Amino acid sequence: MSNLIINDAIANDEWTLVNLPASQVEERKQAGKVVLFKLTGEKTVTDEQIAGTVIPAGGKIIVPLSVFIARKAELQTRIATNEIGVWIATHEFLEDLTKNQADLNALPLIAVHVERFADGRIFSLGVLLRTRYGYKNELRAIGDVLRDQLFFLKRSGFSSYAIRADRSAVDALASLKDFTTPYQGAVDEPNPVFKRYHRGANG
Amino acid sequence: MYQYDEIDQKIVDERVAQYRDQTRRYLAGELTEDEFRPLRLQNGLYIQRQAPMLRIAVPYGMLSSKQLRKLGDIAAKYDRSYGHFSTRQNLQLNWPKLEDVPDILAELATVEMHAIQTSGNCIRNITTDQFAGVAPDEIVDPRAMAEIMRQWSTFHPEFALLPRKFKIAVSGTKDDRAVVQMHDIGMEFYIDADNKLAIKVWVGGGLGRTPILGSVIEEHLEWQHALTYCEAIVRVYNLHGRRDNAYKARIKILVKALGIEEFKRQVEAEWAHLKDAPNTITEAELARVSQHFEAMPYAALPADDTSFDAAIASNPAFSAWAKRSLHAHKMPGYRAVTLSLKPHGIAPGDATTAQMHVVADLAEQYSFGELRVSHEQNLILADVKLSDLFALWQKARAHGLATPNVGLLTDIICCPGGDFCSLANAKSIPIAIAIQQQFDHLDYLHDIGDIELNISGCMNACGHHHIGHIGILGVDKDGSEWYQVTIGGKQGNDASIGSVIGPAFSAEEMPSVVQKLIDVYLKERTPEELFIDTVRRLGVAPFKAHVYAIKNSAKEGVVA
Repeated sequence: MSNLIINDAIANDEWTLVNLPASQVEERKQAGKVVLFKLTGEKTVTDEQIAGTVIPAGGKIIVPLSVFIARKAELQTRIATNEIGVWIATHEFLEDLTKNQADLNALPLIAVHVERFADGRIFSLGVLLRTRYGYKNELRAIGDVLRDQLFFLKRSGFSSYAIRADRSAVDALASLKDFTTPYQGAVDEPNPVFKRYHRGANG
Repeated sequence: MYQYDEIDQKIVDERVAQYRDQTRRYLAGELTEDEFRPLRLQNGLYIQRQAPMLRIAVPYGMLSSKQLRKLGDIAAKYDRSYGHFSTRQNLQLNWPKLEDVPDILAELATVEMHAIQTSGNCIRNITTDQFAGVAPDEIVDPRAMAEIMRQWSTFHPEFALLPRKFKIAVSGTKDDRAVVQMHDIGMEFYIDADNKLAIKVWVGGGLGRTPILGSVIEEHLEWQHALTYCEAIVRVYNLHGRRDNAYKARIKILVKALGIEEFKRQVEAEWAHLKDAPNTITEAELARVSQHFEAMPYAALPADDTSFDAAIASNPAFSAWAKRSLHAHKMPGYRAVTLSLKPHGIAPGDATTAQMHVVADLAEQYSFGELRVSHEQNLILADVKLSDLFALWQKARAHGLATPNVGLLTDIICCPGGDFCSLANAKSIPIAIAIQQQFDHLDYLHDIGDIELNISGCMNACGHHHIGHIGILGVDKDGSEWYQVTIGGKQGNDASIGSVIGPAFSAEEMPSVVQKLIDVYLKERTPEELFIDTVRRLGVAPFKAHVYAIKNSAKEGVVA
C-alpha cells in the first residue's frame, strides 16, 4: 500500500524519486570560510555526484536541485510534458531554483527533503514557495516525514506527504486534523483567528 | 487577567488529546525515544535524573487564585506536594510520572492552563515585568501585547522546530525589569513623539554558554507590526541559524556571525514582504485583549494609612519585612507585595501545596484574586491595600512566606541543578542553602543591602548567573563538581555580564568565598554604594586578591 498522502487521503505515487549517488568526498565540516557555509554547516554536492546521477529515461521523476540545474538541457523536453519535478534539501537555497526556473508553475511537483524530523527549515521553505514565489502545484514533504509534522507542514503550504516507509500513512492522516482553530494566519488560512471570528472580551 | 474564550479553550483541549495520543504511541513502542523527545519537550516534559520534570506555562507570570490552587492540587495528586517556580516565571514539577502527564494536562486545561512550548526548540513562554499594570513608572502595560504574542506563537507552524529555543521578553517601563536585553527578542513598548504605541526591538541577546547582550535592530516599530516583524526575524533565524552544533544554534550566534547590520538587512528584506500581511494586529484585537487587563476596581484611598504606620512603628519584624517586600503602586494607598520563596534552608523558588493554597487565599482576600510569578522566583500580590498589609503579613509569616530578604543576599536565584536536572554539571541548591546559612543574620543582610546572587548548575544559565552581581556557575572538572564565580553582572537598562574572578572553587569553599567578596565590599564601600557599584568602581582586582589570598598562602603552606 502506498505511504503517500495527497491533500488528506492516501494516494498512489506516480513519481519516482531520483537520488544522488553517495559521495566519495569527505563531508566538509565547519571550518569553511564562507559565512553562510559556516552557519549552515551542510555538505555540498560534488560534480561527480551530479554527473553520476542516473536519470530514468521515462516516467515522472523528481530530480535533485543540483542535477536539475546542471543537467537541465537533458530534461528540457520532459519539463514540457510535465514529467519533471524537483526536490531540494533544506539547506539549499530557493533562489538557486528560481534563478534557473523562472516559472516555477511549469513544474508539476516540488518536493522538500527533510533529513531529520527536527529540521524545521522545511516549514519556511514551504511558506516561501507558496507566498513569495507563488508556487501553486503539488508541494511534497519527503525524507524523515512523520505524522507529528503533518499539521505544521499543511499549514506551511505542503499538499502531499511521503510518510517514512516504516510508519503507517493511514494512522498519520489523523494528525492533519490535530487542531481545528489555529491562532495565527499561515499559508492554508492567511487570516489570524482575530480576523476570522468576532471574539468578544469574554467569549 | 486574560480569560479564555471557546477558541482558546478548544486549542488547549485539542492539545491534551494530541499529547495523550503521542504518549500512547510512545508507550506502545510506535515512537522511538528519539522521535518522542521533541514531542514531549514541546510540552515541557524532560526526562531527568530521578524522574521526569514537567514545566507548566504561566504566561508572562500571571496566575489567578483558582489556577494556583489547581497547581497545588496537581502537585499533591501527581507529585510530592511541592512545585518549583522557575526563572521563566513557570512552575516545574519534579516528580510526575510520564504516563500521568496527559491527565495532568487535562486538569490544567480546566483552569485555562497548559504546558505548551515550555521547552523544546520553539518560541517559549513570553515573560515580562512582575509589576506590569501597577508600577508607577510604567508607560505601557505590556500584558495585552504579551497575550497577543502568546497566541501568535502558540503552534506557529513555520516556527515549530527552530534550531534552538527562542525566548521573547516584553516590557513597558523605562526601568527595565524584564531583562529584555538578555532575550532572543526583547521588546520595550513606549509612546512615541506622535503619541502612538511603538516598540524598541532588541535581538540576539542571551545567557547560556556565550552570554551576549542583545543589539537594537529597530528603534521604532509601530505596534501593529509586532507579529509580522517577529516573523521576519524568526524566519531568517529558522533558515540560517546553525543546526549542526546545539551550543552555537541560538540566534545570538547568527547575529554575531553576520553582524547586526547584515542581520538587520536580511530581516528587513523579509519584512518588506510580510509588512501589512494578515497577521498585522488590528485596533479591535488590541482593544479586545486589553479589556482583560483593565485597572482593578480600586478603592479611592488616601496615600497614607494610620494603622499601617502604627504597625510599622510598633512591630520591628513587620517593619523589616515591609522594608524589603513592598513596592510602589500607581494607586494611592496600595502596594505590590513580594512573598519570598527564599526562606533559608529551602530550595529557592520551591512552594508546597499548602503554601500555594495559602497564597491563593491571600490573593483572593487581598489582591483581587490574582498574583504573579517573578523571574526572581518569588510570588507577587500586586494590589494590596496598606490597611490590609499587617494581616496579610501575619498569615504569610505563619506559612513561611514572609522572610524579609527580598532583594538581599539570600534571595538567591537558583536553578534546580544537579539534584534534579540531567543537564547540570553540578548541584546548585545545596550551594544556595549553604550560603543562606552562612548569612543567616537579618541585620547583617540588611547592612549588606541590595544585592543579587544567582546560581546556575551549568552553562545553560537557567539561574541567570551571568547577570548576578555575584554569579556562581557549576562546572565539571574531571568528574567532580566545581564552582566558577563571577562578579559585576547586572540586569536592567545598564545590564552587564559578570567577570570571572579566577579558578573555580569546591562546594565547601563557596560560603567563605561569598563571605570574602562581601568583606571587601563592606570595607571599600562609600556610604551610598551598593555591592554592584563598588565592583563597577574598583573592578575585579581587590575582590580577587582577597578571595585568593588565603587560598594561595594555604597552597604555599602545603608546598613548604
